[in-house]
This record gives sequence, C-alpha cells and structure tokens, in this order.
Amino acid sequence: METSAQPDLLTDALLPVNFLRWFALRGWSPRAHQLALLEKAREDRSALLIAPTGAGKTLAGFLPTLVELSAGGTFASTGRSVTRSRGLHTLYISPLKALAVDIARNLETPIAEIGLPIKVETRTGDTPMSRRQRQRRYPPDILLTTPEQLALLLSSDDAPFLFSSLKRIVLDELHALVTSKRGDLLSLGLARLWRLAPQVRAIGLSATVAEPEQLSRFLVPQRDGRQQSADIVVAGGAAAPQVEMLDTRERLPWAGHTARHALGEIYELIKRNKTTLVFVNTRAQAEMLFQDLWRINDEGLAVALHHGSLDVAQRRKVEDAMTKGKLRGVVCTSSLDLGVDWGDVDLVINVGAPKGASRLMQRIGRANHRLDEPSRAVLVPANRFEVLECRVAIDAVAENAQDTPPLRTGALDVLAQHVLGCACGEAFLADRLYDEVRTAAPYAELSRVDFDDVVDFVATGGYALKTYERFARIKQDKNGRWRVANPKVRQSYRLNVGTIVEEAMLKVRLVRSRGSGSGSTGAIARGGRLLGEIEEYFIEGLSVGDTFVFGGEVVRYEVLAEDQVYVSRANDSDPKVPSYMGGKFPLSTYLAERVRNLLADKRAWKGLPEQVREWLSLQAHFSRVPETRELVVETFPRGNKHYLVCYPFEGRLAHQTLGMLLTRRLERARARPLGFVANEYALAIWGLGDASFMIRQGKLDLNALFDPDMLGDDLEAWLDESALMKRTFRTCALISGLIARRFTDEEKTRRQVLFSTDLIYDVLRKHQADHVLLRAARADAAAGLLDLRRLGDMLTRIKGRITHRELDRVSPLAVPVMLEIGREAVYGEASDELLAEAAEELVKEATG
Amino acid sequence: MTRTSIELATRSSMTVAGVTFSADLSGALFWQEQSLLVVSDLHLEKGSSFAARGVLLPPYDTLATLGRLASVVARFDPKTVIALGDSFHDRTAHQRLSTANREAIAALQARRDWIWISGNHDPALPSDLGGAIASEVAIGPIVFRHEPTGAMGEIAGHLHPKARVATRARWLERRCFASDGERAVMPAFGAYAGGLSIRDEAFAKIFRSPGFMAHVLGDRRMHTISASRCH
Repeated sequence: METSAQPDLLTDALLPVNFLRWFALRGWSPRAHQLALLEKAREDRSALLIAPTGAGKTLAGFLPTLVELSAGGTFASTGRSVTRSRGLHTLYISPLKALAVDIARNLETPIAEIGLPIKVETRTGDTPMSRRQRQRRYPPDILLTTPEQLALLLSSDDAPFLFSSLKRIVLDELHALVTSKRGDLLSLGLARLWRLAPQVRAIGLSATVAEPEQLSRFLVPQRDGRQQSADIVVAGGAAAPQVEMLDTRERLPWAGHTARHALGEIYELIKRNKTTLVFVNTRAQAEMLFQDLWRINDEGLAVALHHGSLDVAQRRKVEDAMTKGKLRGVVCTSSLDLGVDWGDVDLVINVGAPKGASRLMQRIGRANHRLDEPSRAVLVPANRFEVLECRVAIDAVAENAQDTPPLRTGALDVLAQHVLGCACGEAFLADRLYDEVRTAAPYAELSRVDFDDVVDFVATGGYALKTYERFARIKQDKNGRWRVANPKVRQSYRLNVGTIVEEAMLKVRLVRSRGSGSGSTGAIARGGRLLGEIEEYFIEGLSVGDTFVFGGEVVRYEVLAEDQVYVSRANDSDPKVPSYMGGKFPLSTYLAERVRNLLADKRAWKGLPEQVREWLSLQAHFSRVPETRELVVETFPRGNKHYLVCYPFEGRLAHQTLGMLLTRRLERARARPLGFVANEYALAIWGLGDASFMIRQGKLDLNALFDPDMLGDDLEAWLDESALMKRTFRTCALISGLIARRFTDEEKTRRQVLFSTDLIYDVLRKHQADHVLLRAARADAAAGLLDLRRLGDMLTRIKGRITHRELDRVSPLAVPVMLEIGREAVYGEASDELLAEAAEELVKEATG
Repeated sequence: MTRTSIELATRSSMTVAGVTFSADLSGALFWQEQSLLVVSDLHLEKGSSFAARGVLLPPYDTLATLGRLASVVARFDPKTVIALGDSFHDRTAHQRLSTANREAIAALQARRDWIWISGNHDPALPSDLGGAIASEVAIGPIVFRHEPTGAMGEIAGHLHPKARVATRARWLERRCFASDGERAVMPAFGAYAGGLSIRDEAFAKIFRSPGFMAHVLGDRRMHTISASRCH
C-alpha cells in the first residue's frame, strides 16, 4: 500500500503547473493513487494499480504519459508535422475495442483543455487499412489497441521502428485479460516489447484480485528463475458496498435459473431507482427476463437488453442511451462486466448465482458512480441452493474476500501462434527466443523441450514421422535464423491471429410453421427473415417443436438444414427454454467452500430465509446435511429406476467429469447406469441396478467407487473418446494454426478448406499420443471444461469421509438436481445406447 | 433389440436389388455369395495433400486407413476386393506413398483379386499399384461405380454419407450406408474423409422417395434408422 504523507508538496513536485491548473479548474484535486503512479514513473518502476471503478483509474494510468509528453524533450510532437524518426511513446491495451475507442475520446478532453501537443489514435479490427498503414509509418504518441492488434504489429517489419522508442505500456482491465489465452498472447507480446524497447515500463490497471503480487509479475520481465514483481498501488477510499438478498414474498423455486417468481419485485426495484443494471448469467436468461419485464411494464419504463450475441450496432445504441441517462434499466450478461464507467447507475441487481466473490464485487462496482457513496446491490437467487450461494457471497463482499483465479500457465498452442508471428517479422534464433519467451510470467517455467517441440510443430507439424520437411512453413537460414518459408504463410498468420475461437454458429430464419406434423420430412419454405445467429450446441439440445426465446420473440424450432435453423413464430407465452447450463463460469472453489461451511454450521442457518431453513431441517431429519469435509451419498429408488445422488459442491464442470467417470465404474460393477445429470452443487446418477442393495451386499464399495485413482486409467480411457476433449482439441488446433479459421479469397474459391478436427484427433492420438497439440489440449481440459484439478482436490478431501444414506425416496436436498433431469442434456457418452433408442422409436412407429 | 442380436450387430443386413449384403461396422460392404469385399473413398495421402498446401495434418492417415482395411480383409478373407473410387486423394498421391504403405497394399492384394475403380480424385490410376483398374464393375443385378447415378442395382460411394441423429440426449453424427433397397451409397472408409448429411439434396436425387434407410456406424454396433429421422 502506497500513501503519501504530504500530498500537497508531492503534488507540486509531480505535476507541472499547467496540470495543476487544469485540476483546479475542474474543481478536482489529484488523487493519492494518481500521484503514486506518477512517483513510480519518476522512479522508473512498473506498477500495478488496484482500484475500483469510478476511481479515476484511466487518468491515473495515462498521467505519467501526459506529463512526460508535455515536457516536450525528445518526444514532443509538433502536431501535424510528425517526422518519421519517431516511434510510439505509449501503448494502451484493452480487452474490448469499444473500450479503446471510448478511452481515446476521454483522453482528448485533458489533452485539449491543458493544451498538450499529443496525438492519440486507436487501432482495432475496424480501423481502415489506409490509417493502419499511415500509423506504421507515422505513429501517434499514444496508440490504443487490443492484444490481437499488438500481435499483428509485432509480426510486421516495422516493429523495431515502431516500438524501439516506446516508454510506457498501459494495460487496462488486466484482471480480466490474464484469465484467458488472450492473456497468454499478450504476455508474449510484452516479452517481445521488452526486447525491442528495454526502457519501457508498464502500468497495469485492475480490479481487486486475490493475489496482487502474482498479477504484478505480468508487468515486468521474469529473469533468472526468480520471480520479479512490479510495485503495487492500491486506491483506497471507496465506501463499502451495500449488498442485500431479495427478501421475496413469493415461494422460492426448487430448481431452475429464471427467478420468475421474483419478476414483480425486480420490476418494483427498477421503478424505485433511477437507473438499474440487471445482471444475469446467460444470454437465454437475459432474453427471457427482458421479455417478462416488458410483459408487466405497465408504466412503459425504458428497459433495454444487452448481451454478446446482439448485433454490435445494437449494443452500442444501448450503451449510448445509457450514457445519456435515457434508460431506467438494462438487462445484461457478462457483456457489461467490463467497459467504460456509466455515471448514473444507482442499483445493480444480480439475478441467479453470483458464482464468485470477486466477480460479484466487480459487477457491484458498476453501480459505483461516486467513490464516497456506497454501491447498492440486490441479489436475487433463482432457487434454494442459490440462496445459500448468495448468502455466502454477501458475507464475502463484506469481508472483501477475493477469489480470482491464479495466474495461468501459458498455453502451448498460443506459443505456437506467437512463434509463427515472430518468424513473420524479423527472423529469430531459437536460443534467443526461448530466453525471451520465458520473461513472460505465464511462460517463466517453460521447458526447453516444450519450446523446441512447439518450434518443430510450427515448422513441419512436429510429427515423429518426418515426411513434411519439404512443406515446412518456417525454415532456418544458414545462420540458424528461422523465418517464414513463403508469403502465403505470413498472409495466413495475419488472417488467423488471435485466441478467441467462436462457437459454431447457425443462422436463425423465421418461416411459417408447418403445423404439428412430426418428423422432418415435410417441405419447408426456404428463405425467411434472418433473425440472427445462435450457438450450435443450443440447437443440439432441442427437439422439433420446442419453443425458445430469440431476439425477444418466442419461436418454435422447425427444422435444421445445412447451417440454417428454421423457426416459426410461436403463440406460447411460456417458452420451453432449456437451461443454458447455468452459464459459462462455474461456482468458484472459494464460494463452494463457504457454502459447505454454512451448511455444516446450523447456527448460521438463522441468517437464511424461513423457506430455506425449513428445507435444510427436513434434509437433516430425513437424510443428512453434509459436514464441511464430508461427502454425503444417498441412494433411493424412484419409478422403476435406482438413483445415486452426491453433493460435492465443486461446480458443474467438475461434476460432469465425475459423472462420466463414475458411470464407467458403475458399469463395470454391473450397476447398469443409464445416465446422470450435474448441477453446481450435486450429481445424480440413475440406472437399472439397485445401488442400495449392492452396497448392503458389499457388491458396491463407495470408498472404492470414489477413489482418486479414477483420475488414472479411467480418465485416460474416457478422455480418448470424450466429445469435450475433441472440442478442446479443436480450439488448440485453430489457435496453434494447424487449421485455419479464416481464408484468403483465393483459398475460399477452392473447395475443401474446412476439415474436421475430430478426425485429426482420432488419428493423432492413436499414432502419436504425446504430440504437442494433444499435450496442449490435455492441459486445457484439466483446467477448463473438465476441471480435473478441482475434481482431484475434492476426491482427496473426501477420502475416508463418505457417509451413505439408504433412503426409500428422494431427499429434500436431492430435489433440485432431480428436477434438472430431462431439462439438462444427459452427458453420457453412451452413443450406441442413444442410437439404439432412436432406432427403436422407429420400430415403435412401424409396429404402431 | 434383443440381447442375442447384439453379438451380430456389428453387421447390418442390407438388401439391394434382391441381393443381401452385410453392411459392416468398419464401413466395408461384404457380399457373402461372391466372397466380395467393397470399400469406398479411402482418400489415401489426404494428409500429405493438405501438407503440400501448407496445412500440416498428421501424416498418419494412410497408415491408419490401411491398418483398418487390413483388419477387415483379415476378418472376411475375401476372394475379391473392390476399392470403389477416390482411393487416392489426388492424382499424384500414389507417388507419395511410403515404402511401408506400398508394401502394405501389396500384402493386401496377395492371393486375391483386387479392383481399383477410378473416381473423380483419382481418374487416372497407374498400373504399378497392383490389381486391375476399371471405371465400373457389374456382377449379376449389381453394378459398382464411384459416382452414384441413381440407377437400379447401383452401389456407389463419392458422397461420404453421414447421419446426424437427434437422440434423447444430444445429436450424434456418424458415417452410414444409405439404401432404399434398390440402390445404395457407401460411407467413406478413409481416416480423413469427411461426411455429407444424408438429408442433403444430393441424396434426394438418388433416392427419390424420402423413405430410405441409414445403416449407421455406431461405436460398437450398427443401427438402422430411417433417413427421415436424421437432420
């Protein structure tokens, strides 16, 4: 924590007189953290600023730049007549291109009002080619851009000219950037910049994180195997937020994520406040809530919708209306987690599970229009388990407890993309690039073997069978320098740069219904109005005739042809929207632990709503409420099936993986499992075998069933066939450049540019299981879709602490997950059984 | 489906113009009476074909395809094998065969008749590959050719049929044989051969009534599903 004892003296020393005048004119005084960053700049140190929204973070990040450039000196700009001899002074990187554009606009104010000779420009995917070319020849003083554009600039021949004079880098929303492969790509770009411009210093701007020290490593070169950190500046003074849970008068649902029961109460809150942001976890929830709100919007309040699948122009329109104070409410997803501050938001409503403490605090911070006033937020749990999650999240906020994930280990597929980029720019020597790459914090521990394998992969595919030498994409010259083999490779790199792999999307078209006929043989009018695009996985979960909300309308799924989904307008006011897996982010480990603690501590239940207390008491009476480190397993019959339900509280992803592995084991134990369903808290498996009886007879040993050794051979065997693994591999194949995502026009005219990565996966794992891309995919799976790390921790935690309850019917705690059955896709991998069912239906149809 | 039939379910019986064939889980077709095995669209050396254009696919596809073919041939021990066209991915693919793969092909051809039917990818096959080369083969009421015309008794490849089935849990996409009892299209056998949904118009031109069947290659067994149930 950096504070200054004598602010006035310090202010005078750090800020030139024209800046001081400007602050005074505006009626402001420089904030402590703004001065602290100026001091860091003077000391030639890189720094991480931890500050809530509304703290003047952006200005703080740019003040050192503005002051340096105002002093004239070697970097003074003469306005229009900039000469070729000068490169960039400051590079600003943002995760959103819209944010870069807004920041540029905001920077113009002090620059104009103080009268500084500074040229600011943005460079994003939307920047016209002519301006991009000009920027490379006549760079501005400050360039605002994205990680992808930085990678492109670094791969150009102009990179040394452009960056060798660079003095400062400002990284905005760093906490968000570092959690993904984009962060890996950015870190490698920084490593390059540190070599091109050793004098450069970085300022990271971040929301509060669990490990600031660790995050700060991202800003400075790592050297000699020792961890190097940047200085940390914490902006203080923000009032503690006021967060409460909606004390609903309605009956709390057992399951589901819609929070429809609280619709009227949410509307009341919007009515009572000036501007409200309503956050939900998924796009489908946003669509649904938006529609429901308008149905009861008797007063015609201006309520808008904002999510990632909406057209960009549409989103900008909403943002503009918001800035101008024209809206009373916006229903939004994580699409508004980041971005410029909106002055007048006075309430944040979070509908559904908060998922993580830090995530929730960042959302609440969106309402923080004045630092000295507390942000106000209301949490609306959509079901009983979410009540528990909301309760512990509110406690976490009160304690300011953070649960941001640890810094990533750099991914090898991203490294492959970077290596190709390096070969597109100046040629590189492997030894030097290896040293350079390890200065990036996520790659500090990269082994030489992995690095060499990646270079080999970029060159000839990295195959043990060396048959592609003549097709090499990068080649060594006689001095051992690697460079691209031909201009086509460079072109392809430039088209495919970046780490964001879009979901497969289908176009949605509105046509007239064919009526109630079954099957999909009937002719349907092709064409129809284009409504937008939808994720393929969502449509996969639908049956013909299902209704769902899209673009604010209830539509009926008619048929799929090629990449087009045909829907008709439905008269239902009650769409059957399958749950969207509860959103992208799983429940954080930290909140999960707090939920377990809350459950285990009966005295703490009094802080819960009556309905929830009653529910838990019933569970204690009929079965058992899990202790903190214990795993409760219940078995009971229902219908003609037998169920096994357990409560690990480790998030949906880890539970799905557990479900797949347990199903395999149960199959071997002849318990004849049929399927399973997972939610954030529990896992339910059902089958034909009577698990209760088998446990009684000693034919099924729960300790053996849940033994961590399932992460060995069982996991390997399952991973080989897993659809999730194939999806992970596809991402790695695209990012690493094995398969192109975007093509030149010339390539497009040739057929067969697309290739199924599933086929490659099958062949590669059989013939070269240790290939670098498979290693990359396994590493991703462990942390991502399969959450293996968390599953492993859980299995270790509960070892020897399994309590079994044999019940004659479903327990109160099991009801929510049991209700998910039939709504969630069943994640069995038993393809043959499913196909057989499909075939059998045919037999039924035939024999009538 | 009864328990006893599961053992046999790695083959599905498929009738074309009165002749009964076994549609095998491997994607091969077997004619018992003739001791004839048919495989289609091997697309050998597709990997290296892409590599030449800068897409460095794993160079194991030929090895994988021939390996699977060897096990099918060993299982049926047919008197005759027909490779139903597009056996090689491009006109020069055969030149890129490794010595080991070349020898593997020769071993497959030993002690049996081998017929390469030419396809659009490999219209001019060289004679040094062993076996005979033909544009089509007629046996009784059946004619084998690469590109389907929709004629009665025709068994063709070329289209790489796959079935996309909506099941209770999710969609499944698998290679399949497509047949309406009078003609059939075989699935591609090659490791890197993609697929075309049997609901594509190309199939509507061949099977004029929509009531044709898909013999779907599952993981461990065959499934017979009406094409109208597929997407």
